[in-house]
Parts: sequence; structure tokens; C-alpha cells
Amino acid sequence: MSANPYRKDFPVLMDSGCIYLDSAATAQKPSVVIEAEKEFYETMNANPLRGLYGLSVKATDAYENARKAVADFIHADSAGEIIFTRNASESLNLVAYTYALSTLKPGDEIVTTVMEHHSNLLPWQMAAGKTGAKLVFLNPETDGTIPDRELAEKITGKTKLVAIAHVSNVLGCEHPVKKIADLAHEKGAVVIVDAAQSVPHMPVDVKELGADFLAFSGHKMMGPMGIGVLYGRMELLEAMPPFLRGGEMIESVSLTDASYAEVPHKFEAGTVNAAGAYGLQKAIGYLREVGFDFIRRTEDALTEMIFEGVKDLDYFHIQGSPDPKKHNGIVSFTIDGVHPHDIASILDGDNIAVRAGHHCAQPLMEYLKAGSTARVSLYLYNTEEDVRLFLEKVKNIRRFMGFES
Amino acid sequence: MSLNSIYGEILNEHNLRPSHKGTLDAPTIMLEGRNPTCGDDIFLQLKVADDGTIEDGSFYGSGCAISQASVDMMLDLIIGESRERAVEIAGTFMKMIRGEASEEELEELDEASVLKDISHMPARVKCAVLGWHTMEEMLLKGRSQGAGHEDHCTTE
Repeated sequence: MSANPYRKDFPVLMDSGCIYLDSAATAQKPSVVIEAEKEFYETMNANPLRGLYGLSVKATDAYENARKAVADFIHADSAGEIIFTRNASESLNLVAYTYALSTLKPGDEIVTTVMEHHSNLLPWQMAAGKTGAKLVFLNPETDGTIPDRELAEKITGKTKLVAIAHVSNVLGCEHPVKKIADLAHEKGAVVIVDAAQSVPHMPVDVKELGADFLAFSGHKMMGPMGIGVLYGRMELLEAMPPFLRGGEMIESVSLTDASYAEVPHKFEAGTVNAAGAYGLQKAIGYLREVGFDFIRRTEDALTEMIFEGVKDLDYFHIQGSPDPKKHNGIVSFTIDGVHPHDIASILDGDNIAVRAGHHCAQPLMEYLKAGSTARVSLYLYNTEEDVRLFLEKVKNIRRFMGFES
Repeated sequence: MSLNSIYGEILNEHNLRPSHKGTLDAPTIMLEGRNPTCGDDIFLQLKVADDGTIEDGSFYGSGCAISQASVDMMLDLIIGESRERAVEIAGTFMKMIRGEASEEELEELDEASVLKDISHMPARVKCAVLGWHTMEEMLLKGRSQGAGHEDHCTTE
């Protein structure tokens, strides 16, 4: 791999000297995204969707064009199927509070996996608690693969919702969403995909996946924080009650009643994050320019370099598949005798940023009997030099902690 | 700040070869302390005599080197002391964490003073104070539990 041509686009990487290996938590932002927020506030700031004057029309156009760009990016049928939220968590909560609460009955089942991020677990716990529906968990193998017999046994006629991550934020494995969705649809269930870890890294087509709902965050794909997306199939969205109530989501209001605006505005109460949406559109443009081929190549090559670099260290354990190509740039690991928090602090001493803890997936940690892990997660701006430095430092950690080797 | 000032020989020694890790035969008080954000989890046991002297103490559980070493160093300091004195030492330790301890006070804390720069690692302060906080809850607020009991304190 030659020098990374994109790294220079990321001011924080150039200026801080940080070896940033925590992109699964949030991605760094290219100048084009940072500038976009500034441009919005300098040249088109007004409250979108309300004003009858030029600036507000500009702001509205920026916001609605961003919606079209997102729809196009994930191959939705129409821009109306894209709802802007704050982040993937809010998107999943929206589905839980509206769709799930209004459709689930006692005895119905919600199928999910033990390896979900808390944001794709807690909303379903809530929905199950309030409706009397039952949560059913798919159990993976240690590499994250969900066996076919699990799917066959647990997705049944009682299943009304299947909520699953596209890519695990801990193991990095990609789930066969298409296969699961086909099975779920056969049984009449609706499929909700947490795509927070996939949309930034691979082409996602909601139709091909068979997703009825799909949630992701802007900030993990180099967009601004505070803008997220919920895709939903139009007929489902139209039948759902609103989520939050307030400004700009109404058709008409009396003192005792209100009728609501059309989808998607029905789900976007209050002043929206138009600058964030504008920035997200620029992030999508940037992703298209870089291309998913480059992203895949870069992440796979660097993941392989990590696997290769630690393969002779008998105290170093990588969670998940032994195949680096099945990690989507996410490498969770443990070092015998050293707590992950100490690993992260010691690497931080060398300005290397990795995540440590339960990665908002405590049930998975228990399932893997891992307690907690450290995690490296890569993105398009990472380089061989980043990984070389990480490997050099990580090999010294045990000595640093007072072990012989 | 150099990381070496915290992760030095003293901390590593208490982490790798703690003097007080394990369980007591007949503890008089015990409390679980948790760091919800980190997952650090310790059980602190003390054997307090009728006259208030802390005759023995131990801990078990899991956590990072900083939380484990800190509680081990704490037990070195408080075993043999009165309840009141132990609470006083905890106060001095908290003062050190806030960067307000005098030279004499640092000396009083002996080996535990290796954690004086932990305030430069804000993410790790909770790890350093977990054992101390748990002890304060037991001795000051009289919170305790039997083995397997649900009650616990947290650093949140």
C-alpha cells in the first residue's frame, strides 16, 4: 500500500498527531464536512420548512437535498422514506416507541441477538416490557456467526420484529441480513437493521438487504455529530403514529387536537439539524469520491497487518473470526494479565487512541466471558505507519506492567 | 506527565502480587464497590474489633491495575488503625486526588502517593478511588452486606 492520499483531508489527524484507532466510536471529519457546517450558518441559516423568504427557502433546500442524497446513497425508493434523527440510537428508539408499541401484543416475539449494541437492545426491552411481547435471542458462535438452526428455531410465526446489527461493533463480523430478512418476511415479521457499523464501510442497499427499517449515525461516516438517519418503508411509516410532538410536524392544531404532517415531517418535530444534514450530504459526497473499494482494501490490509503482527504473541487474543477479512476493520483484543483500561491508558501515553471496555455490548461480553476488551477500529485515513506504531507499543505493554515478557 | 510516574514498580507490584487479595475468615463488614463505566468490581472485607480497630482487611474482584493496586495500598495503610483514622486517611487520599495535598500529607499516604498524578488521567480517577470510596461508605455511612447480598456502592 502506498501513502494514504486522504489523510491530509483530516485536520485533527494532521494537527494532533493522534494515531486514531477508534473510528467505530466516531469517525474523524474531513475539511469538506467541517467547512459545510460553517458554510450553512454563514450563507443559508434560517429556520427550514417555515419561512416564506429567501434564506429559509435556501435552508429548506439544503435540508431536503440532503434527504435526497441519503435516499440515493442507500437506494431507498424515495426521499420521503428518510427520516432525520440525532443518531442511530434515536432512530431505533423511534421505531420502538412508534411501530413496536402500536403493533405488538402479548405473546408476540421480538428476535434479536446477544451481540447487539445497547442501542439495539434497550429499546426492545422497553417495547417488550410495555406490550407483553417476549424477547428472543439468537446465540452466535464465538466468531459471531449465527448458525442456521438458531434462525430456524427462533424466527417463527410468533415473531413480529427482528432487530439485528448489520456489522457487530465488537467482533466486526457481518451478519447475513438478507437471509435473515427473507426468513423473517416469510413468517410475516418486520426487519430492523442497525447499520451504524456498515454504512460507513460498505455499499448498503436497503432493498437488497430486505430491511424494513434501517438506522445509522452520521458521525460514524465522517458527518457531523447530532445527525442520524432512519430509513423506513413508506407504507410502514405512513401507518405509524408520530414519535415526538411539537413544531413543524403538524397539519393543523386546535386546543384539544391535532392532525399530523405527512411522512417524513411527521417524525421530525421541532427545529431540525439542517446544518448537520448539509454536512452529512458532504460526507456522502466524500465517501463516494474515496469509494468503498479503497475503504475495503485499506481496512483489510491493515487488519491483516495487525493479525500478522501479533500472531506469535501467545498472550494476545483477538475476539471473533481468525480471518482478518471478516472483521470489517474492527479488532477487539485482550492481553493476558493486563486489564483493557490499562492497555488503553498506556497506549494513550503514546498518543494512540483505542477503545476499552464493554463497547456498549455488555451481554456479548458476558456471552464471550471476556469481561471487557480493548478495540482497534480502522477507517480510510489510517495508514501502515499507524498500525506499525500500534504494534510496536502494544508489544511493550506487558513489560511495562511488570511482566517478564 | 509521564505514564511511568503512575505505572511504575510500586503500582505494578501491588497489581501483580497484591498482599491483601483474597477473602477473610470472619469479616465483620463487607461491601461491593462498582465502577459502572469501567466494569471494575471489588468486594472489600474488613474485620473490625470491638474497640474500633481494623484488625484485618482483604479484597477480591476484578478490575484494572489502578483500581486493584490502589485498594491493596489502601489496606496496607489502614490495617491496624482505628476506624476514625482510616476515614481520615481516606480524606487525605481524596485530597491528593484533587491535587490539594501537602508534602506531609503525601508522605502520610506512603506508597499510595504514586497515584498523585492520576488527576491528569481523568478517565482513570474513578479506578483509583473505587476501594477508598467503598471503605468510606462502609465506615462512615455504616453500609455493609453479607456475601451474595445485592447492595453495593458505585463511583457514579
